[in-house]
Amino acid sequence: MPPSLPRPALDDLRARIARIGPVGQRATGVLPFGVPDIDRRFPEGGLPLSGLHEVAGGGPGTLHAAAAALFVAGVMARSAGHVIWCLTRPDLFAPALAQAGLDADRVIYVEAEREAALLTCFEDSLRHGGLGGVVAEVAKLSMVASRRLQLAAEASGTPGFALRRWRRHADATDFGHPTAALTRWRISALPSTPLEGAGIGRARWLVELIRQRNGGSADFIVEACDATGRLGLSSNMAGRPAVATPRDKQASA
Amino acid sequence: MGRDVRGRIIQAASRQALLAGLRPGMSLAHASAIFGQLTHYEFDPAEDAAALERLAQWALRRYSPIVMPDPPAGLVIDITGASHLHGGETDLVTDLRRRLLNSRIDAHVCVADTWGAAHAVARFSGQGVFCIPSGGTPEALGSLPTEALRLDPDLADGLRRVGLETIGDLMTTPRGPLELRFGPEPGRRLDQALGRRPDLITPIQAPERIEVDHHFSDPILTSDILLQEVERLSRSLCEALERRSLGALEIDLLTNAVGGEWNALRVGFSSPTRHPERFMRLLKDRLQNTDRGFGIERLHLSASRSTPLIAQQCETLTSSPQVPDIGPLLDVLEARTGKQRLYRIQAVESDCPERSVERVSPLEPPNRARWDPRWPRPARLLEPPDPIETIALLPDQPPVQFTWKGVRRRVLRADGPERIHGEWIRGQDDWMSVRDYFSVEDETGERYWLFREGDGVSLETGSHRWFLHGIFG
Repeated sequence: MPPSLPRPALDDLRARIARIGPVGQRATGVLPFGVPDIDRRFPEGGLPLSGLHEVAGGGPGTLHAAAAALFVAGVMARSAGHVIWCLTRPDLFAPALAQAGLDADRVIYVEAEREAALLTCFEDSLRHGGLGGVVAEVAKLSMVASRRLQLAAEASGTPGFALRRWRRHADATDFGHPTAALTRWRISALPSTPLEGAGIGRARWLVELIRQRNGGSADFIVEACDATGRLGLSSNMAGRPAVATPRDKQASA
Repeated sequence: MGRDVRGRIIQAASRQALLAGLRPGMSLAHASAIFGQLTHYEFDPAEDAAALERLAQWALRRYSPIVMPDPPAGLVIDITGASHLHGGETDLVTDLRRRLLNSRIDAHVCVADTWGAAHAVARFSGQGVFCIPSGGTPEALGSLPTEALRLDPDLADGLRRVGLETIGDLMTTPRGPLELRFGPEPGRRLDQALGRRPDLITPIQAPERIEVDHHFSDPILTSDILLQEVERLSRSLCEALERRSLGALEIDLLTNAVGGEWNALRVGFSSPTRHPERFMRLLKDRLQNTDRGFGIERLHLSASRSTPLIAQQCETLTSSPQVPDIGPLLDVLEARTGKQRLYRIQAVESDCPERSVERVSPLEPPNRARWDPRWPRPARLLEPPDPIETIALLPDQPPVQFTWKGVRRRVLRADGPERIHGEWIRGQDDWMSVRDYFSVEDETGERYWLFREGDGVSLETGSHRWFLHGIFG
């Protein structure tokens, strides 16, 4: 869908559909990315807050979903309130989340033994309504499960993130199956912004918005979250010089 | 030291004295003749009973709602439904024994399916801590003497005279002739130990506890009515708590089924509360699975741990919007996953990455420590670090390529080294050790956090092997 000129007829129609939609009676705001090029891809101007979003890693990141986790942390950094992070494998390193802008005091981790227990915790947290957001690292997400989560998120106005993470590449085909999530994202690592000298520049991601309800898909090449969780539109896309500063890294002997 | 017709005799002796050959039942004169110097105290049954009662109250507060003193020197604790709060049965008994040892009580602890079996093994196996796996009672008891079954010493003596030395012998002997000669007692005790016959425990009550109790004239059979009644009790417990300005941190629900069997449910809260809804939310799921037997005759609900909770003014005209209360949610999550699996992570002052994080309870007040924002840290940390094969120049070059999980990756860009020294305060192993961390990026743009053990020059500082420690996002 082309990023649009104002179309009153279409907007009116959308509003009417939203009114007769199954449960979508609540208009509980959006969370803009703060990057106009991304935000204008959403009909409401940002990521809808009351809904389920699916995020997965791409390429080698399918299994560890490290970039995807930071992408979600960056989004959560701009929300307010506690964040519940449900996981089955406790290998998330908290300092990295803090570097993506998500303060450690806001995150409460829930470790579940099995996927089924994880999904129940996910749903319970979504229903609470007083949280900034809920993240769950899940492998399988069936239509039924995602529908329950979506309803819970809609009812409470809490954004839920299903961070898809599989144990084997073969299982990752599950990502193609339909779910009730509002949006579906894939985050893959790209070679970092080149620097003049040696060293690694600011991390860059290929952010693919694969699907969204009421909207089209899009790809962005962005620079990874900064210390406040904001993405930077990559210099390649905007044709500007690199903005990343070379990191002052020396042996702290 | 007690008295009988022979004068002063020994009632009980310390471990050292027993090892030296002193036996309960010896006369003091005899013992003094053998050992010379003896420290002895008068036997005071009333004080012993009182001390046991105090110990039982302590166990009641700490471990389980069903505790019974078993004189002269035993405690019966029914940990069914309460052991998960201490991380399982093994952890519970280890903790129990450690705490008792700290108060200089050398106790033998045994966990078993039945009171009878635990009684036998704790007293006669000679082991400090023993957990009989569920269903393993017959094997565990087989080789113990028949006295272990709580039988009268004379009766055990009689059994021994006809060749029935151990409980195993008793198990294989036909019941009829045994009963003819020795009466029903041996069979009854054996059945109790094996769980074929109920064994009644009369739990003690804590004097200062806030509790409500209800007897029913007709036993409750359906779960709907049970829930209703528990809810009614919850409400009266909350009223009782409110009268004293207290909030419950932990509540116990005891159900007494027809036939005398007690069942206990213990649930904990993340923050003090006196809302019946919060009680019910946790009790409801657990109550569905309670064994109701032939009906429940009596319900007993008590706040086993409580703390002052003073009513607060919730809103004023000028106050900022309220922070939503996440306590109820944490209760639910904790009941689903367990206390250790619900945590916040806070920073600890340490350069060593795996020591720089610490798990704390979610409601712990935030501390000031923060991680250094300058050094990039990976989103996933492998614990333990994965050994990798590399091609790298010593001492301070990043690898040119490395192989992880059978895949070779060519390093295009790298940052480092970031040198992290061992923390000598932690001990000998850390004294000299050094890790050199490198962030590297491969052709696909994936970034990894590698380190080399040692400074690349001297082998004293580490083995010079390479590890993959984390994956950047």
